[in-house]
Amino acid sequence: MKVLEMQNIGKSFNDLEVLRDISLEVDHGEVVSIIGPSGSGKSTLLRCATFLEKVDFGKIKYLGKPATMVNDENRAMYVGSSQLAEIKNYFSLVFQNFNLFPHYSVIKNITEAPLSVQHRDKEEVMEDAHKLLRKMGLEAKANAYPYQLSGGQQQRVAIARALAMKPEILFFDEPTSALDPELTAEVLKVIRQLADEKMTMVIVTHEMPFARAVSDRVIFIDGGVIVEQGDPEIVLGNPQQARTRQFLQTYQR
Amino acid sequence: MLGLMGQGMLKTCAIFILTLIGSIPFGMVVCRLRKSSFAPVRYITKFYISVMRGTPLMLQLLVWYFAPYYLFRMNIADWRFPAIIVGFVMNYAAYFAEIYRGGVDSMPVGQYEAAEILGYSKMQTFFKIIMPQVAKRVLPAVTNETITLVKDTSLAFTLAYQELFSVTKQVAATGTSMVPFAVAALFYYVANYVVAFVMEKIEKKLDYYK
Ligand SMILES: Nc1ncnc2c1ncn2[C@@H]1O[C@H](COP(=O)(O)OP(=O)(O)O)[C@@H](O)[C@H]1O
Ligand SMILES: [Mg+2]
Repeated sequence: MKVLEMQNIGKSFNDLEVLRDISLEVDHGEVVSIIGPSGSGKSTLLRCATFLEKVDFGKIKYLGKPATMVNDENRAMYVGSSQLAEIKNYFSLVFQNFNLFPHYSVIKNITEAPLSVQHRDKEEVMEDAHKLLRKMGLEAKANAYPYQLSGGQQQRVAIARALAMKPEILFFDEPTSALDPELTAEVLKVIRQLADEKMTMVIVTHEMPFARAVSDRVIFIDGGVIVEQGDPEIVLGNPQQARTRQFLQTYQR
Repeated sequence: MLGLMGQGMLKTCAIFILTLIGSIPFGMVVCRLRKSSFAPVRYITKFYISVMRGTPLMLQLLVWYFAPYYLFRMNIADWRFPAIIVGFVMNYAAYFAEIYRGGVDSMPVGQYEAAEILGYSKMQTFFKIIMPQVAKRVLPAVTNETITLVKDTSLAFTLAYQELFSVTKQVAATGTSMVPFAVAALFYYVANYVVAFVMEKIEKKLDYYK
């Protein structure tokens, strides 16, 4: 079962074409990493997948349910807002700069939306939240406020907040780019653990060794198109395209 | 003398409290309308705010009081106090709305995006995520406005309402004495001292996060 299907996506900001005919399908339990230079459209792709931006062209489906339909020219039309709201339950997004709610404690950051958006049972939500905190190694921080946490801790709370919604697929937009190296490691460890548990994930990252270790598939994007994709050992270890090789060279230390 | 002035003080307090109770939440509604995605609502609200801020409150009070009579020939005998409250609330809501708007505009876009990803409705986002944070940001400006309100209550004398300022003028005139002025000044000063004290407490209370 495909969790996500994006077909022939096109997206422009005014005159600037940012995504060109991009297709991305993600299977249940699959971990896909997206790499590429700054400004190549990685964030835009995730923002389109999570409806923070609207695509101009192409189909988007989650679990077979269409979020957009297309006309003869492949121009996208979104389905009604109640259907979109239902589809929104299937995914969540972890931001580069966490975007925790500063006025909520850690536990409230995690439980507020399951309670007031999903209207789930309070006891069950609390129990889930504490389990998630344990998993993130943050049990002791349940009542702390975001400003009292390190960046790495904040990002782990943000991951817990996303997981608390029980999404089918989790998107990460450079989850460690705002972090120091030692804090990066603790966040990557958590994501790796999720991968081991077969969480379906799409991860935009510049951490090449991490992408290689954790991904089932790596996609290299440049200039708003997919240049190369496939097995991480090939894309990262023995890329077939000159542009991919060139890009990877800038990341070698 | 003190009995009369005491009654005036009570009436002044009534204007002050009812205006705050009305205008602080109504200002939120006005702020929301001012930011509506439906252009006509936005323009009408903008016009309302500019009229409230661009004309004297004294004049507004006169209009609120006399309009029902001149427009609809209604009996306005019992309308004096309600007209004052409506006038004050409508005026202060406009100021509060603009203060809130400044706070809302200073919110990082990531807060909205996180809320959207979590499935919050626009309403929920505004009242659960944005407004509480805006409250903290705008508190100093709201304090200023509240202190101005304490003094502005005296404008109710325009409608011959027997609040402290009106009473003081009368008592001073009949008794040919400065004392009533001193008493009134002391009252306004103490009232504002209390306001500042309370607002400081609220600020401290919101200090639990950054
Ligand atoms: N809201 C926007 N309005 C206009 N241009 C944008 C907007 N968002 C992104 N862009 C442009 O789209 C291109 C791709 O951006 P982005 O998806 O953020 O790239 P990446 O995440 O790969 O660094 C960039 O040229 C960027 O300037
Ligand atoms: Mg980006």
